[in-house]
Amino acid sequence: MEIDPFIFRFSIFILSIFIGYYVVWSVTPSLHTPLMSVTNAISSVIIVGAIIAALAGSSNNIFDTSNIFGFLAIILAAVNIFGGFLVTQRMLQMYKKKKNKIK
Amino acid sequence: MISSNLSAIFYLISGILFILALRGLSSPDTSRQGNYFGILGMIIAITVTFLSVGNFSTTIIYVFLSLVIGGAIGAFIAFKIPMTAMPELVAGFHSLVGLAAVFVAIAAFLNPEAFNLGSPGNIKFASLVEMSIGAAVGAITFSGSIIAFLKLRGIMSGSPITFIGQHYINLILGITIFVLIFYLCKLQFESLYWTLIAISFLIGILLIIPIGGADMPVVISMLNSYSGWAAAGIGFTLENTALIITGALVGSSGAILSYIMCKAMNRSFISVILGGFGEENSSSDTKNKKDQKPVKSGNAEDAAFLMKNASSVIIVPGYGMAVAQAQHALREMVDKLKKNDIKVTYAIHPVAGRMPGHMNVLLAEANVPYDEVFELEDINNDFANTDVAFVIGANDVTNPAAKNDSESPIFGMPVLDVEKCKSVLFVKRSLSPGYAGIDNELFYKDNTLMLFADAKKMTEDIVKNLD
Repeated sequence: MEIDPFIFRFSIFILSIFIGYYVVWSVTPSLHTPLMSVTNAISSVIIVGAIIAALAGSSNNIFDTSNIFGFLAIILAAVNIFGGFLVTQRMLQMYKKKKNKIK
Repeated sequence: MISSNLSAIFYLISGILFILALRGLSSPDTSRQGNYFGILGMIIAITVTFLSVGNFSTTIIYVFLSLVIGGAIGAFIAFKIPMTAMPELVAGFHSLVGLAAVFVAIAAFLNPEAFNLGSPGNIKFASLVEMSIGAAVGAITFSGSIIAFLKLRGIMSGSPITFIGQHYINLILGITIFVLIFYLCKLQFESLYWTLIAISFLIGILLIIPIGGADMPVVISMLNSYSGWAAAGIGFTLENTALIITGALVGSSGAILSYIMCKAMNRSFISVILGGFGEENSSSDTKNKKDQKPVKSGNAEDAAFLMKNASSVIIVPGYGMAVAQAQHALREMVDKLKKNDIKVTYAIHPVAGRMPGHMNVLLAEANVPYDEVFELEDINNDFANTDVAFVIGANDVTNPAAKNDSESPIFGMPVLDVEKCKSVLFVKRSLSPGYAGIDNELFYKDNTLMLFADAKKMTEDIVKNLD
């Protein structure tokens, strides 16, 4: 009997949890705030689903309910993607070592 | 239009880039590069999605328009937000992820053909379960984060809101969710789907309102985790590897942070969730004690004198520093001390502030080099051979009651051994207890000098007196 593709995705899911576990434990505590903002940004990859929903159907029914939800989700996810990555970048720029102390 | 196999490989690549983005955060040196990996992963995922849908009709203009609107709002916020407001920003962002997950799940339910999930009223069983879970977790994340946001922002009181039977209501609502998902899979009624989402919103609110201000680091981490699980749920629906990988990463990341925060407070995750911590206002008993015990208080001049004659100083920042925005003044003070050849380091408790790593970011903003900033375990032994501890806006995390008073609600929580210093300077607005609502015996020790003032104002005054 063939294996259900769900099982493959489920395997990816479980293995990723393990990867996440080990990777996140190695994150230095002083960077926990950037960790949260960057995880925020990457979880907005949900925009993929939003784009599919928004682009579905032909051009004469752009504003079906499901498309509208797609557009709204794109806006929300885009706020997060841009906001999340940029604010992370802004924070990370501030972490400096003693040597590079300028002012 | 590219084949679905090819796009699956690209989604895998973007998933790997996201792993590298988190991996980069293991040290500040590699972190910036990590962030670029993350951005690259996102660009790949979005581009591949456009190519694989392959619909380049006029609709795409509206998609780009939505992207630009959202992106502009996000960029604006990212550049404008003050660092002290990071906790509420992160909570706000979590709510957006949650709501986006709900919207995508709704779109998938209304138009399953677009996602290859079957036809309306005849959606594949597994997809229905996945999208229901994604929508429910997303809705809980959304409303929970909104409450957390309001509490952190101070729009809503930080004290826990509890009522009788609260946990039973949550339990009943939780069971209702499962019943609804069961019937939704059988009957596929649209109304059941909307009810499911509405109840999930309600659960999110009820889950967070009983949790007090001091537990916010756990709440934020927990919502971070939820936003990941919601994304993963949607990832299963869309059969998208990038989303599944990312959701799992973010979910476990948030769970680990919650665990670290709980451990730093010596509280079990369950007791945080059940809430109510911090509502026990100092009983009349402790109030009486307060009146009787003498407190030594001083001014900026005394503090400057003490520190000038010290050879080593440890700074212990807390939430009060963030509220007063005192980090820049603090850094100025430290510069002056260093000019006098005084060794200055910073000690940070894991739950100082309102989110994990909150204090580190604020100090970094004030140009404090990160190799002068130490975590609890790394610095706690140094207090014994340090002359002055300068506690600014922290309270509960220094309370010796956690070590020697088994009656204390914070007993067992790891604390900074501030009292071992030769003298302790305590910048605080008043003698009021911290968020945990517990009196701090440190205030009444002989070697403690209380500096009653706003943290920023006091630090600035000390700077003047150091000249």
